[in-house]
Amino acid sequence: MVEYQGKAAFGGIAIGKIVDMGKKEAVVRRWHIEDPGQEVERFHRAKETAAGQLQELYEKAQREVGAASAAIFEVHQMMLEDLDYIDSVVNIIETQEVNAEYAVSMTGDNFAEIFAAMDDAYMQARSADVKDISARIARILAGEDTAEKSDEAGILVADDLAPSETVQLDKTKVYAFVIRLGSTNSHTAILARTMNIPALVMTPVPEGMAGKMAVADGFAGKLIVEPDEETLERYRQRQQEELEKRRLLAELKGKPTVTKSGRSVKLYANIGGVGDIGAALQNDAEGIGLFRSEFLYLQSDTYPTEEEQQKVYRQVAEMMAGKKVIIRTLDIGADKQIGYFNLDREENPAMGYRAIRICLTREKVFRTQLRALYRASAYGSISVMIPMITSLWEIRKVKEIVAKVQQELAEQGITCGNVELGVMIETPAAVMIADELAQEVDFFSIGTNDLTQYTLAIDRQNEKLNPFFDAHHPAVLRMIEMTVKSAHKAGIWVGICGELGADTELTETFVRMGVDELSVSPALLLPVKEKIIGCE
Amino acid sequence: MLSFTYTITDEMGIHARPAGLLVKKVKELNSKVTIRRGEASAEGTRLMAIMAMGIKCKDEVSIEVEGGDEEASLAAMKAFFEENL
Repeated sequence: MVEYQGKAAFGGIAIGKIVDMGKKEAVVRRWHIEDPGQEVERFHRAKETAAGQLQELYEKAQREVGAASAAIFEVHQMMLEDLDYIDSVVNIIETQEVNAEYAVSMTGDNFAEIFAAMDDAYMQARSADVKDISARIARILAGEDTAEKSDEAGILVADDLAPSETVQLDKTKVYAFVIRLGSTNSHTAILARTMNIPALVMTPVPEGMAGKMAVADGFAGKLIVEPDEETLERYRQRQQEELEKRRLLAELKGKPTVTKSGRSVKLYANIGGVGDIGAALQNDAEGIGLFRSEFLYLQSDTYPTEEEQQKVYRQVAEMMAGKKVIIRTLDIGADKQIGYFNLDREENPAMGYRAIRICLTREKVFRTQLRALYRASAYGSISVMIPMITSLWEIRKVKEIVAKVQQELAEQGITCGNVELGVMIETPAAVMIADELAQEVDFFSIGTNDLTQYTLAIDRQNEKLNPFFDAHHPAVLRMIEMTVKSAHKAGIWVGICGELGADTELTETFVRMGVDELSVSPALLLPVKEKIIGCE
Repeated sequence: MLSFTYTITDEMGIHARPAGLLVKKVKELNSKVTIRRGEASAEGTRLMAIMAMGIKCKDEVSIEVEGGDEEASLAAMKAFFEENL
């Protein structure tokens, strides 16, 4: 097993035999000709033929990879008509009395050099274009068949591929592109992206690899030749997952999340930072169901200011463009410790000083976050969610503080949006008083991780307890059902944002219970969506 | 001769495709067009020469139009740069 590290140009996993296109720098012979006039004529005819071929390629590319990628063939056609290019070829034929093939390839090399010497990566990549058209004319002159066909299916290894070669390839036979030279800006890379084929560039693969089994990892940018069984198995699995993901994406993207009987369930994403929003939107999130605000505190050496927080909340709200963004207020303590909070060591941190318990006793920290949240609410649809509630007075106290913050902001002339306030139901206590809590808030979101741990009195980190742990314990499921009933009786909506929300074995159960929203990590959005659509 | 200056706003600068479009446009006009940036210049009909100038975003170029219906050509060039570059 040997690994060759290159640069990733397009993600994806391919497994198969190596097909080596080899070096294709044709040796162009130079010979003396008697009649330069006739040779110039020969050049012009070949140029016309080349223009015709490029027109065909342009049309093929337009059909198969879209207008933007096809445009390069239009540029190739124009390069063919370039006066400097033509003058140079004609000049070499006439002054040196040499054959057209030689004049064309000399000219091609000269122009390619000019581009290669430019200090701009994009223009450097254009030297391949000049070589491409020159090679095409040279082949026509030599009477060679220009359509280079590779009938073998596999991982295609080549020094570099001209755009025309890339388009001519039979897409179904190319599992991946592995280019020894090239750049992430080269056409092969760009076309690979539009054709959805994994691609590696600048990969130093030696010659003589043809026919060997290999794995091309377009994510890590490496080619693994003759992988061992274990590696191969690992990649087979990843390939399967990848294929499954693409299938789901193609089938489900844009479809509304509605059961067969027409009930719609909101499908939101859990995110831990601004960086996750791309993945959430890509996988069709209808909103953000849990934005863990802790990261703002965890990545800072001191309390993040109102300004810093407001900027991040605003960014998320704006990026989600009016879709609901539910932000959970600070949830630290227990397993999440932050130095500058100076929290005491505790015997039993899971049941200790954490989340809202910190916020209600260190009101200044809480108020800073609330001010940032309500200020950001003017830029989108922000909801605020309070973690670790066990008593009615806690949420009433929160509402008092919120009212003060809102009044302050109003006095300062700062406008806020309409903010829904909700609580997380993650303690058995909250479940038991859910009917009363529901009178105080706009929504519930069930945090199943903590709810399970507190209901079963089982610490998930303790492996010894595995035999006693049941993720689908009826006690937990009944807790969830009770919460849903209490919420609906009071006319508020209820969602699930813990790990169980993404457990597709339970999706149907939750839909039947009447859960209004499920919030899962971005990668699991589509599998859950598929399940919901399949429910009665 | 008429001329105008223009600052490139396209992030890629005058890359292959707009250069190609530019040449196509210039060939439709009956005036001689020259693209100039500092000392360097290229005729508007010469694709590779224009590309080789490596004109980037925020570069200031001047476009000169000579002969034929200069005013119409100038207007056409102005419209082209504003729309494409």
